[in-house]
Amino acid sequence: MRAYDFPLFPEQASTMAPQVDYLYFFLIAISVVFSIAIAGALIGFAVKFRRTPENQVGHRIHGSTVLEVAWSIIPFGITMVIFGWGAWLFVAQSRPPDNAHEVFVVGKQWMWKLQHMEGRREINELHVPVGQAVKLTMTSEDVIHAFYVPAFRTKFDVLPGRYTTAWFNATKPGEYHLFCAEYCGTQHSGMIGKIVVMEPAAFQAWLSETPPILPMSGPVASAAAGDAGSLSPVAAGEALFAQKACITCHQPQGGALGPSLVGVYGSTVKLADGSTVTADDAYVRDSILNPTGKIVAGFQPVMPTFQGQLTEEQLMQLIQYIKSLKATPPAGAGVAQNPPAAADSAS
Amino acid sequence: MAVPAIDTTLAPHTEVPAKPRKTYLNADYSVSSWLLTVDHKRIAVLYLISIIIFFALGGMFAAGVRLELLTPKGDLLQADTYNKFFTMHGIIMVFFFLVPSIPATLGNFLVPMMIGARDLAFPRVNLLSWYIYILGGAFTLAAVIGGGVDTGWTFYTPYSSTYSTSNVMPAAIGIFITGFSSILTGLNFIVTIHRMRAPGLTWFRLPLFIWAHYATSLIFVLGTPVIAITIFLVGLERALHIGIFDPALGGDPVLFQHLFWFYSHPAVYIMILPGMGVVSEIITCFARKPIFGYSFIALSSVAIAVLGFIVWGHHLFTSSESVYAALIFSVLSFVVAIPSAVKVFNWVATLYRGAISFEAPMLYALGFIGLFTIGGLTGLFLAAVGFDLHVHDTYFVVAHFHYIMVGGAVLAFLGGLHFWWPKMFGRMYPEAAAKAAAVIVFIGFNLTFFPQFILGYLGMPRRYHAYPDEFQVLNVLSTAGASILAVGYLMPFCYLLWSLKYGAVASSNPWQASGLEWLTPSPPPTENFAETPIVTQDPYHYGTDDDAEAVHVA
Repeated sequence: MRAYDFPLFPEQASTMAPQVDYLYFFLIAISVVFSIAIAGALIGFAVKFRRTPENQVGHRIHGSTVLEVAWSIIPFGITMVIFGWGAWLFVAQSRPPDNAHEVFVVGKQWMWKLQHMEGRREINELHVPVGQAVKLTMTSEDVIHAFYVPAFRTKFDVLPGRYTTAWFNATKPGEYHLFCAEYCGTQHSGMIGKIVVMEPAAFQAWLSETPPILPMSGPVASAAAGDAGSLSPVAAGEALFAQKACITCHQPQGGALGPSLVGVYGSTVKLADGSTVTADDAYVRDSILNPTGKIVAGFQPVMPTFQGQLTEEQLMQLIQYIKSLKATPPAGAGVAQNPPAAADSAS
Repeated sequence: MAVPAIDTTLAPHTEVPAKPRKTYLNADYSVSSWLLTVDHKRIAVLYLISIIIFFALGGMFAAGVRLELLTPKGDLLQADTYNKFFTMHGIIMVFFFLVPSIPATLGNFLVPMMIGARDLAFPRVNLLSWYIYILGGAFTLAAVIGGGVDTGWTFYTPYSSTYSTSNVMPAAIGIFITGFSSILTGLNFIVTIHRMRAPGLTWFRLPLFIWAHYATSLIFVLGTPVIAITIFLVGLERALHIGIFDPALGGDPVLFQHLFWFYSHPAVYIMILPGMGVVSEIITCFARKPIFGYSFIALSSVAIAVLGFIVWGHHLFTSSESVYAALIFSVLSFVVAIPSAVKVFNWVATLYRGAISFEAPMLYALGFIGLFTIGGLTGLFLAAVGFDLHVHDTYFVVAHFHYIMVGGAVLAFLGGLHFWWPKMFGRMYPEAAAKAAAVIVFIGFNLTFFPQFILGYLGMPRRYHAYPDEFQVLNVLSTAGASILAVGYLMPFCYLLWSLKYGAVASSNPWQASGLEWLTPSPPPTENFAETPIVTQDPYHYGTDDDAEAVHVA
């Protein structure tokens, strides 16, 4: 029966969807007006000025500067309105709200692996609450993918080797398509899934229920921290931090070979070459994979690279753990009990 | 009311000469006289045959794609095969048909004739460009025969450089080589237009076809080296694992997209600018009226060529370029739309108070204006960043660029081919069949591609081998349209071939057109002009009764 549906517009299921649709309707209106004007003039002139005697010739009209200026300036003005509107939507789409529910997304040929900040994992399915912003931090294990939910009118590329973010605020419970929109090889069209939008209470219940065992990606992932499937990224990251012996050099109180990482995340870090850098996801990631690239002032480039030794999920877990190392102990993180004073030695 | 503006050289030929006149076609019949020719007209014919073979091949791949998409399940072709089909369709159509289509055939034939020259500035380089094209084509065909390539015509890294196991290298080498034929053609046109114009043929007396080809040549020369470098880098990474694009090797995958689109966006204008030149010639001829706003159309071609180089970032709105970069590329993309719009308005205004007839070339030109308008307007949709996030990499984009590349470039190519066919081969095509084909192409095209705008907004991603059920109706419409379009393409192929032998003998100027190319017999002699023409006035002196002798053979 669904095959005989003939929809013209996708469902509106996010706060952004009606906004994008308004611009769409405006653009259609502009297009219809111009198309009718141009086609009307074209057909009208073609009929009215058709050649009747075979030897008839046209009038010598060479042009009109007034007209040229008019039909340059007026369309330009209209396009600037469209630009402003599109830019406004884009800026809104580029800035996730602070209180968003966080989900980590790893794309790989040809599946989506997702993990909620609270720990629950999913594959090719994402459960989200209605009426709350959801922020996605995304990366890829192999080629470029793109996370696309037509009902939310949102799409962003998922790149290997770096993080991208996207966000949405679902407005209507239901199930919606999740597509990979960037061609990624054989099963590109099979790299699909669904977004399940739930009422907040149902979502909270879902989030805290014991998940079914999900297959992990290889032995490395399961080695991360016992039952990684049920740990939050912070807790899993903490276990990794000990297991990979990061803790040996990055002691909370400082004084070891490497800087203490307490309070580093989000701060401005002074580097050995005199420059400074903001410690964000990309910086922490770089420092793990390419440790000698940006040396913190006062330290030696002695850290080995972890390139190839950590999965994308483990990298995200480590970053989340480091992010949780704040002056005050983070809720639910367990061991990160560091004296506030230790934060000073971080940079 | 006005007396027809016909001078003696423009009068239709009535008498057929008893003895066959020497033309570029019958000058020598040997194979080597064709394969070693340095006559721009013969090279144009060589190119014409070659690009039609590639067009047919690219069309067959498109047919496979459309047939697969009749049903939601991936049931006709295997996933890998489907991926190779759309990739080969794109590579062949873009690099081996659209880019050389008008410049290498009509341009090669007409640029010297329109400026009153005997040949291009570098005839041997012109022949070399064809051989380079054939060599590049051979590599690409080897890639097809050897099992195909599956990266999409865009070769995005790191899929193309690391992950794909298909014949990326031969295909890439083919494109790399073919690029040099574009560069040589562009160089040849630029020098020819600068140095070999007939006496009196000042820049602002040049036909708009020449302006369009001049602008196109600038892009050929400035843009094509970048794609060559980019493909070379992909090859380096693939063969020697030097980290350039793959982050696992220390590279940056988005760098490839910047380099690729730095060429490939201007390349869109390579495909459409010559078509705009063709349409300008046809509209003014069949309206029997000077072109409206000559200098605005001429300079808008140059404006498009220049601005076209600074909008590539609009292909990367979802690829993590910075918000500021996205906004700047967005605003520039709107700016580049204006010169295109100016052209459309001027073409429509040219019809006003004309004396219009509707032979096949004019039908194609009018169809071009309509389809290019829709293609251009939907380009505004895509240039709006916040909107693009939704439709990027969906069928909306596929529909948009086919309106430009097929609705625009292919219709202009067909229009131009019909318009200059009598000049090139000395025979008229059958008018009724040609009109029917033009209408069939127009209907088939719209039925194929209009539903894809809706599909795209609904969210169907491009390059999908299988798709959810609710997209089926629109896909069936599209495939139905494609089969009509195929008929529209096959018709000219048949009747144009037929006309070579059986078509009515063409006069030197069957359309009573202005322009130097119509002053010589059809088909022209090898030397084009017995004597170099002298130009004393502006182009497109239609609709006049007082200047019949203004352009004359000295």
